[in-house]
Amino acid sequence: MRAAFFKTLAELYQKDVNTYVLTADLGFKLFDDIKAGCPDRFYDIGVAEANMGSISAGLSLSGKNVYCYSIIPFLIMRAFEQIRIDIAYHNLDVKLVGVGGGVTYGLEGFTHFGLEDFALMRSLPNMTIVVPADPVEAACLAKISHRHKGPMYIRLGRNNEPSVHEKCPDFQIGKPIFLSEGKHVAILAIGSMVYIGKQLLNMLRGKGITATLVNVHTLRPLDAEVIKQVASTHELIFSLEEHYVEGGLGTAIAEILAETRYNTCLKRIGVGKLTAHIGSAEYLREKYGLTADKIFHEILNKLMENS
Amino acid sequence: MADGYSVENCLSISNRVRRSILDLVHRTKSPHIGSSFSTVEILVALYFNRLNVSPDDPLNPERDRFILSKGHACSALYAVLAERGFLSKEDLELFAVDGGRLEQHPNMDLGRGIEVSTGSLGHGLSIGAGMALAAKVDKKKYGIYVLLSDGELNEGSVWEALMFAGHHRLSNLVAFVDFNKIQALGFTKDIIDLEPLDEKWRSFGWHAQTADGHDFEEIFAALNSLSTEKPNVVILHTIKGRGVSFMENKLLWHYRAPDDREYADALKELLK
Repeated sequence: MRAAFFKTLAELYQKDVNTYVLTADLGFKLFDDIKAGCPDRFYDIGVAEANMGSISAGLSLSGKNVYCYSIIPFLIMRAFEQIRIDIAYHNLDVKLVGVGGGVTYGLEGFTHFGLEDFALMRSLPNMTIVVPADPVEAACLAKISHRHKGPMYIRLGRNNEPSVHEKCPDFQIGKPIFLSEGKHVAILAIGSMVYIGKQLLNMLRGKGITATLVNVHTLRPLDAEVIKQVASTHELIFSLEEHYVEGGLGTAIAEILAETRYNTCLKRIGVGKLTAHIGSAEYLREKYGLTADKIFHEILNKLMENS
Repeated sequence: MADGYSVENCLSISNRVRRSILDLVHRTKSPHIGSSFSTVEILVALYFNRLNVSPDDPLNPERDRFILSKGHACSALYAVLAERGFLSKEDLELFAVDGGRLEQHPNMDLGRGIEVSTGSLGHGLSIGAGMALAAKVDKKKYGIYVLLSDGELNEGSVWEALMFAGHHRLSNLVAFVDFNKIQALGFTKDIIDLEPLDEKWRSFGWHAQTADGHDFEEIFAALNSLSTEKPNVVILHTIKGRGVSFMENKLLWHYRAPDDREYADALKELLK
């Protein structure tokens, strides 16, 4: 996913003299194509994320279209105040590209996890938040983000994510993608969890259950009309995200539903709280209940409760 | 180009600016008069003798950029911007009031000559470094000027910017430190001793000069001796509360706004 995003970005970078790419000393070999062409618009700022945030603001205030890259907690959390004031309140053309959504960094430990980023970025003015589900969407997003005016947070996984799409979908900021329409349960998923959603479709079909699956790639602005449409036609909604249950997609959906009167029940799936587990991303996703098997049983249980 | 006002002119402008600051702070009971008074001469020197900026063309892409990184000294900036024609009398009347136009830390307003929102310390030099980098890559002639406070140098991000600008030899970047030796809770030497300050900047690859921050001859001399090879810093030895005897070197005036009697006493001194 990361490689797909930066391959497309490298092409755009070579053609546009206003595009700058900054990294805080991470991304080994990731920027080779970028550096090869125009080295005077690519900067390794050094291990200095706060400085990178403000430098990107200074570049953007000088008319540049700037991409900043690092691992999510360093990019977003170390430099949060720089992002808040210098980028978000100034409403600048800075794209923050964070790698390692959720527990992607597995064995590297919780210091490298991105589990609070949605909550933080949702709180900032002017900030658009987009999360591609697979490498195809990541490449689409590289193009769309390049044209986008204003600050954007892009959450990427890392490497070897499975494909959700065979060809480029109709990917537009703020427009969720319906991957399936059913009637028993609606699954609203973001990022890595969209693929899990596709697995769930097949498993549920085996039980005679039809599901609606929506890829909510844009967390902000969230399409409230789509949420309401789903709520009006489904008695059960599952939100799936690789983020703490608080503050992310499930919370955003709940905020919309709380102000409506639809007869629907929302179950939020995400990381409840970090425990002492040590392991790979796959191992941790299993431990935190973020696999198709675990969620399948939760859906069955909920459907039984509701019937 | 700047208007090139003489020292004599700058002195009389500075006096008007101090009276304006006194009015602004007294009327609105705003804090930070001491921090504003210590910056008057550098702001007047820049806006009347250095910066290529014009209220008639505030968005000119070739303009010099000034960032008040110590945003709490905004009353000095507003007073100078008003003298320079960027702010109207009405703008000043709308300082620090409900429904007003100017806050107690500056908000970006390019039309009024305010380049960046500041108020949280430790951002301005990095933003300036980004601007300087863009100008350098684009081979632009304009300069980027950033005024920092001494307490602000406690922020780690400032030193990140120092390393970056030094490494990339951003000679179009000029920093000033308003070294009035007093930060929010006491003397800098007692809280986080900054000395030897010029040596620190030099060791980060900067061309460092020192000057009496209330002496226009010294400020102009420093501005005329900037390096064209390295980023520049001028450490301005200043006095917090400069210009009103009972405010000078007193931490209290980081916070206190003069009451009516203090206002009258201060005005009397400034009118001498």
